[in-house]
Amino acid sequence: MSTTARALTLPEELRPGRREWAVFVRRLGRRRTALFGAVVVALVVITAVAAPWVSPFDPLEQSIGERLKAPGWRDQAGRAHPLGTDHLGRDILARIIFGARPALLVGFAAVMISGVLGMIAGLLAGYFGGRVDDVLMRLADIQLAFPFILLAIAVIGVLGPSLTTIICVIGVSSWVVYARIVRGAALSLREREFVQAAQALGGGDGRILVRHILPNVFTPWLVVATLDMARVIVIESALSFLGLGVQPPAATWGGMLADGRVYISTAWWLATFPGLAILVTVLGINLFGDGLRDTLDPRLKI
Amino acid sequence: MKTFLTRRLLQSLVVLLGVSFVVFFILFLTGDPALVLLPPEATAADIEQFRERMGFNDPFLVQYGRFLAGALRGNFGESIRHGEPAFHLVVERMPATFQLAGAALAIALCLAIPAGIVSAVRRNSILDYVSTVVALLGQSMPTFWLGIMLILLFSVQLQWLPSSGRGDFRHLVLPAITLGLFTTARITRLTRSGMLEVLGQDYIRTARAKGVSDPPVVWKHALKNAAIPIVTIVGIELGTLLGGSVITETIFAWPGVGRLSVQAIYNRDYPVVQAAVFLLATTFVLVNVVVDVLYTYLDPRIRLR
Repeated sequence: MSTTARALTLPEELRPGRREWAVFVRRLGRRRTALFGAVVVALVVITAVAAPWVSPFDPLEQSIGERLKAPGWRDQAGRAHPLGTDHLGRDILARIIFGARPALLVGFAAVMISGVLGMIAGLLAGYFGGRVDDVLMRLADIQLAFPFILLAIAVIGVLGPSLTTIICVIGVSSWVVYARIVRGAALSLREREFVQAAQALGGGDGRILVRHILPNVFTPWLVVATLDMARVIVIESALSFLGLGVQPPAATWGGMLADGRVYISTAWWLATFPGLAILVTVLGINLFGDGLRDTLDPRLKI
Repeated sequence: MKTFLTRRLLQSLVVLLGVSFVVFFILFLTGDPALVLLPPEATAADIEQFRERMGFNDPFLVQYGRFLAGALRGNFGESIRHGEPAFHLVVERMPATFQLAGAALAIALCLAIPAGIVSAVRRNSILDYVSTVVALLGQSMPTFWLGIMLILLFSVQLQWLPSSGRGDFRHLVLPAITLGLFTTARITRLTRSGMLEVLGQDYIRTARAKGVSDPPVVWKHALKNAAIPIVTIVGIELGTLLGGSVITETIFAWPGVGRLSVQAIYNRDYPVVQAAVFLLATTFVLVNVVVDVLYTYLDPRIRLR
């Protein structure tokens, strides 16, 4: 008994799942832009997680005497403020470092919500077709008809801004891209032999969806999720910019930009650096997502 | 063709019905529309009286029916702040928003389609490289930051262009560039990949083999076929532009629907918010019907469906 069990276990490196994974990582690593994107994203994530340790200053500590100091300015204790200080004398670098936290948190959480919703909707619409498909796709059309940011600010305006509200609003209203991609894939998978074989063997719909279709739609889903995270981070900062995001004094990139806009003619650094932080983060995610798409499925139209 | 159009219009009606429901429902998100519409310092008696007067004590569906009947006649109630009908306030600002969105779209098309074609035809050239990098940056740049940087450069430093308001052509330049950049980036990338795909097709090779020279192959044979996804994306991008106008108009103090609705949200002026969301969504749906009709001319296969 035990000998057969041992004989059937393949060595670690020969298991198909593991090998595919290794091949995939190597192929992705060969794309220099994707690798660059991955490094940028990793750095931003590390910075966000380790914010209290890497930040040179307290992001909330105000010092009116040190307000609007230009980048590189040193205070009396000789401590340099590499990106200068804002209108309340807070260190801009510290605020950018801490601002990575809400951006990534909202990005990740909202993508998870919309990704799961879209996955479910897409699987149901693609697999069952007919009435279910019609209803879900009309819902998608309705969702798409709204100017997204306007709907988001209207809803947040009613509910009041908070981290949870933003995550929920963005999450609930961003499911359509996922649903469309998953639906398209499920639609063609439904006709494939292995799915029909599973049906002929008496597999229930739920089992077929989870065991046979879901693993095969995961790749395009992952690509959409990666690229959508970039979009969500921009939206989060736009909401903060409009004062409907995480509330001050907490540091957000969008909120810093809104503050900096007021001082645009006297202190350019207030608005410039937080915007660069958003640009670099979003660019990194986009490069990584593009590489992911090209490696996993170059024909994918996203 | 006729059945296609009828079906498409019916679908749009269903979509608009859904839109109207969502717009109506915004007020009920907290459970009590009276609390949303009245200022926070209103007394319990005020709230009760207001509820009675506005009909908030009626069954939910009755209230929705009333809202829908009003919306169809362009009646969204009066603006709480301005005392004018909300519908008029929004319609008044529509031309400004359309002008901005139209200018942004024009910039996007004029830049993106040539850039995308050149990138595809001269693949891996310097031009391809530059346009790809610019498109990538454009897609990753937040609109509002771009707007602020443009103001910093052209209004504050160089003092060439005004930073706010609506007036002559010079007022339009910065907001239109700001709003159009993302769309430009997307259409450039889409044109490039679409052209690359089409240029690799058998019929292009056939045309070349028959001795058709380069320009007609690119412009007549390839572009016509690559245009189909571009037309679709233009329809979808219009939604992005109308939505993006909310931010761009706020930055440049452009007197359009976007800025009006942001102010209305700050003022808790929900009839105006509802009218604005509903009208922008309706515009988007109608434009997409037009796009679908255009589509049937570009791609005759669709007519048969």
